[in-house]
Amino acid sequence: MSGGLLALEDGSVFRGESVGADGFAFGEAVFTTAMTGYQEIVTDPSFAEQIVTFTAPMVGNYGVEHVRSESTRAHARAVVMREARGPAWTDWLREHGLVALTGVDTRTLTLHLRDRGAMRAIAVAGDASVDEAIRAAQAHPGLVGRSLAADVSCTEPYVASDSGRARIAVVDYGCKRSILQRLAAAGAAVTVFPHSAQVRDLHAFEGILLSNGPGDPEPLHDEVETVRVLLGRVPMLGICLGHQLLALATGHETYKLPFGHRGANHPVLDKRSDRVLVTSQNHGFAVRASAAKEVTHVSLYDGTVEGLDFPWLRARSVQFHPEAGPGPHDAWPLLDEWVGEVSLAKAA
Amino acid sequence: MPTLGGQTALNLALELVAEGVLEALDVELIGAGPDVIRRAEDRELFRETVRLAGLKVPESTIVTDPADVPVDLSFPVILRPAFTLGGHGGGTARSWDELQALLDRALTESPVRQVLIEESLLGWDEFELEVIRDRRDNVVIVCSIENLDPMGVHTGDSVTVAPQMTLSDQAYQELRDAAIDVIRAVGVECGGSNIQFARHRESGELRVIEMNPRVSRSSALASKATGYPIAKVAAKLAVGYTLDEIPNDLTGTTPASFEPTLDYVVVKAPRFAFEKFPGAETELGTQMKSVGEAMGIGRTFTEAFLKAIRSRESDDKSATPWPRFSVVPEDVHPWFRSEIERVHAALDRVTSLDDLVAEDWVRLKRLGLSDADIAAQCRTTEEQARAKRRSWGVKPAFRRVDTCAGEVEAGSNYLYSTWGEQDEANPAPGRSVVILGSGPNRIGQGIEFDYCCVHAAKTFRELGYEAVMVNCNPETVSTDYDTSDRLYFEPLCTEEVLAICDRERPVGVVTQFGGQTPLKLAKALEAAGHRVLGTSPEAIDLAEDRERFGALLDGLQIRCPDWSTATTPDEAVVAAERIGYPVLVRPSYVLGGRAMRVCYGPEEVLLAMASAHGRVLLDRFLEQALELDVDALCDGEDTYVAAVMQHVEEAGVHSGDSACVLPAPALSPLERTYVDEVVRELGAALGVVGLLNVQLAIAEGELYVLEVNPRASRTVPFASKASGINLVAAACRLAAGANLGELDLPADPTPTQVSVKAAVLPFARFPGADPVLGPEMRATGEVMATAADFPTAFAKAERAAGRALPAGGTAFISVCDTHKEAIVPVAHALVGLGFDLVATAGTAHVLAAAGLAVEYVRKVTEPGEGPTVVDLVRRGRCDLVVNTPQGSGARTDGYLIREAALAARVPCITTISGAAAAVEAIAHAQPEISVSLQERISAVRAS
Repeated sequence: MSGGLLALEDGSVFRGESVGADGFAFGEAVFTTAMTGYQEIVTDPSFAEQIVTFTAPMVGNYGVEHVRSESTRAHARAVVMREARGPAWTDWLREHGLVALTGVDTRTLTLHLRDRGAMRAIAVAGDASVDEAIRAAQAHPGLVGRSLAADVSCTEPYVASDSGRARIAVVDYGCKRSILQRLAAAGAAVTVFPHSAQVRDLHAFEGILLSNGPGDPEPLHDEVETVRVLLGRVPMLGICLGHQLLALATGHETYKLPFGHRGANHPVLDKRSDRVLVTSQNHGFAVRASAAKEVTHVSLYDGTVEGLDFPWLRARSVQFHPEAGPGPHDAWPLLDEWVGEVSLAKAA
Repeated sequence: MPTLGGQTALNLALELVAEGVLEALDVELIGAGPDVIRRAEDRELFRETVRLAGLKVPESTIVTDPADVPVDLSFPVILRPAFTLGGHGGGTARSWDELQALLDRALTESPVRQVLIEESLLGWDEFELEVIRDRRDNVVIVCSIENLDPMGVHTGDSVTVAPQMTLSDQAYQELRDAAIDVIRAVGVECGGSNIQFARHRESGELRVIEMNPRVSRSSALASKATGYPIAKVAAKLAVGYTLDEIPNDLTGTTPASFEPTLDYVVVKAPRFAFEKFPGAETELGTQMKSVGEAMGIGRTFTEAFLKAIRSRESDDKSATPWPRFSVVPEDVHPWFRSEIERVHAALDRVTSLDDLVAEDWVRLKRLGLSDADIAAQCRTTEEQARAKRRSWGVKPAFRRVDTCAGEVEAGSNYLYSTWGEQDEANPAPGRSVVILGSGPNRIGQGIEFDYCCVHAAKTFRELGYEAVMVNCNPETVSTDYDTSDRLYFEPLCTEEVLAICDRERPVGVVTQFGGQTPLKLAKALEAAGHRVLGTSPEAIDLAEDRERFGALLDGLQIRCPDWSTATTPDEAVVAAERIGYPVLVRPSYVLGGRAMRVCYGPEEVLLAMASAHGRVLLDRFLEQALELDVDALCDGEDTYVAAVMQHVEEAGVHSGDSACVLPAPALSPLERTYVDEVVRELGAALGVVGLLNVQLAIAEGELYVLEVNPRASRTVPFASKASGINLVAAACRLAAGANLGELDLPADPTPTQVSVKAAVLPFARFPGADPVLGPEMRATGEVMATAADFPTAFAKAERAAGRALPAGGTAFISVCDTHKEAIVPVAHALVGLGFDLVATAGTAHVLAAAGLAVEYVRKVTEPGEGPTVVDLVRRGRCDLVVNTPQGSGARTDGYLIREAALAARVPCITTISGAAAAVEAIAHAQPEISVSLQERISAVRAS
């Protein structure tokens, strides 16, 4: 094992040992508090351009399994851990080209990111000049204003499940496999389209799911415009980035959270039923809190908008991940119900 | 609210429902109603409920009679009696023979004579989830717990880890979903539940094992493990709050409707006491045998594991599962095995302290190794290892337990140590008092000391100090984060305590409330320049060093029983002859009655010496003495005698096992004056500042000092509650510099009502061990009862301890030769109360000679026709057994009688004085209306 370090744009340096790929990786340093699902997390396209710190102290305990991946490759740029456990996990990290550090004081790093906000960073495997690393981190562009969906979206449409009670189009801004799996389990026939899908590609479907994806929703003007045109024409469900796009299309405002919500324990209040969902979350941007009547869900941590519903437009969305993967299944029924409604609407 | 008092409260609540009491008084059960309790507790109902929820339970059958057992049973099977504490009376049977033996016992143990015989899941992994649900059907999982010992070992006896370490997200969510389905199906509306699962390691198959619709031992552990106070939240839910309306105490800004996420690992290790139960089976099974537990927190599994293992303070010489960290039982999940082997391998590579540089130290410490471990490996002292480590600048860092892995800002005061990281929440120096707790519950050192530590924290806070608590016992109030200003959940070992004191730089350290544990640390603390508040370690040493203490007593002209020391058997016999028989023989290094023997002649002394190693102490054993326990307060000069208690059982029974009564009924005013005088002289001579406990005996008109403990004793909570004087608060004020005059204590603290403390004995959990009282303490708990007179209080205490005295029926009596004369008046009294007497030959002869009608029954070892005494007891023909031992040990007649009584749940009294007290209580106990402690104490204050 060789040394390694994580340098942040504010000049902080966290040292560890390298257990992943050689070289270095730029990204936004963030942390996730999920205690399980490390493989799902690093393969989730929403983690594109990010250096993920696990607050869970021991990572890699139960190895890796191909079926657990949320996409075909690793999307996180680097992984920072207090105690990595191998060999299966560390071999996987190396094979997938992820820079990975272990032995890092992750709690101090987490508290730092919480207090100062997520920031640009560089993870270096092996020796490096600290000053150079910090300068490099500072020179790297941040996530605000950058469109990342194109980098992680599929390029051609494909059929994910070919028969079912409702024909659903999924717009892939960085879609997780779990979403497709849950839709199929709910009985949907699913076709996946690239982020750039046009109204003509989508309008004939019985329902459109706007998927999760990485980064800032604000620069995705074309995608938002497509959503706006389809509003009211086809029932829509937005998840995570998809939720933010729907929000933008309906006049809501999005902004960058100081350090985001990433974990599997976030309480969300469903204002209509007064019930709490324990949810899986992964987002650095959010819809600004609002008293608007369409706001159905709010975060019990910071009051940010966690869900919208426009019955008159047959569109709704959630900021959290009802498909879980990883995380609790509390919100699974949301997807089932939506597919059910879509199929009923078709019948009617 | 029946969901906070464990199994006892649930059972009682059901009884109240059945009797119609609650309905008559229009009282509602909150937290869990009778239907919910039944669905969770009645095996068949529970299984049906779980099956309907689409989950699997182990295949099983309910048996209420041995004839019900299906003939096609495939072994091994597990027996679980319904409605018993800690799986009492259960076990694993691998054959028909084993089944037969276990089933009888299990049926007797179950108050409803219902036993579940089920598919054995030996070798499956075991998980527990702590679940909370509110009236809006919001459900959160507070904590997942993984057992290192696999299925088949009671979870209370397992080493457990939180959060679970070996399950993927998919597998964990499957458990989580199942737990939620179970709590909904059973219908716990508001409160916490504990749900246990077995999971097949390869196939991932799940079985729901058990659910407690209440807070449990595991929820206490989960609360400490996560910082989420389950019982507190459950109480709020029961009165109508919902989870999102309850704040998370540790963050202050977020609600309780979330799931704690941990950035550390927690390990619980059970504390056993097999050394106290010679003959008991030490194999672990479905019946819980541990007497306490310790918890360790670390940033890695092994760090937490090693902390928990060393926090147990196990006696090196006693048999215990997991004797050392490196001895890993079979069937432990390979992940844990490899983690532990990693530590072992790292330690093996260390040969000399001189080779270790800073990074090596950090690496070793991060694995969880203590200075002592590293020192032992390098064949040097712990102090040298510590000095070397510190010379490299390697110090522990303290981190917060905050429920949220740092995601939300938390002003938490709940801390643990780790290595190679930054420190959080550094305290200001010179403002705190560090209170050292008592570690895991064990026999001789239990929650009595936690009571003392909690009151000490409260008092020092009132006095304007920051109270800092150090303890590692998850079952206690002292380890609640709101008991102190700062809680360090750490082992009570020199290394950790020194590190905490170096960080706190406290005004002083308090060592007198945590039993023996803190006393062992006092010298090291003083040597490191910390001030011990109250009685000095020097005074403690003086009281514990037999030679020096003997000299002190001589100087004061206070008598103690003649004593001597010896190393060889010959020396011992010579010493015994000089002292005069009987003598009490015990190894000099142990306290609390370990391995003590009363010897009546040279043969017995030789026998005692054969099993002793090293130096022994010989004391004249005072027979027929009146034994007294005194708790007093001393400010260095003046002494206030707060409570003089009398033991009910005779000399030779450990004070912790003897019932005791306050005020002492047999003490004359003149004797009381002597007692006060002696205690005053001792307090001043020892320079005690704080609490002082003195054990005395009066024999043939002479007062003897048996033992002096210049610290809080086991009886402090009892004495405080009986007298209405908070002895701990007073002692803290003295330690902080007040004198007795400033404390405003009542001139005469003797209470007007009579209070009795009685021991709760765990014999039923230790089949094979002789259930007899002796010089070795075996009680795992105690009860207290107060009434206008002794018989009423004693009867109530015995009832509370689960040994309700019979009002009539048949009394079986069999006493040893030395007691034959003394038993006659007791037998007379029993006959007067309408009891029929049954006795074995020797005793029957004596009783008949005294003119009493007595039926003879043969002993097991006596040849002859007809049933033996054991048969009679087993068949429920006896309502009371009085049996004093003629030597103790397996397979003696006495042992067989006592074991039969224990199994048949017949009160069994093993001392003459205990029998006399019982008879007096049966004869004279009055019905009394229960009065709260507050009402009683305010009545005392008003008078």
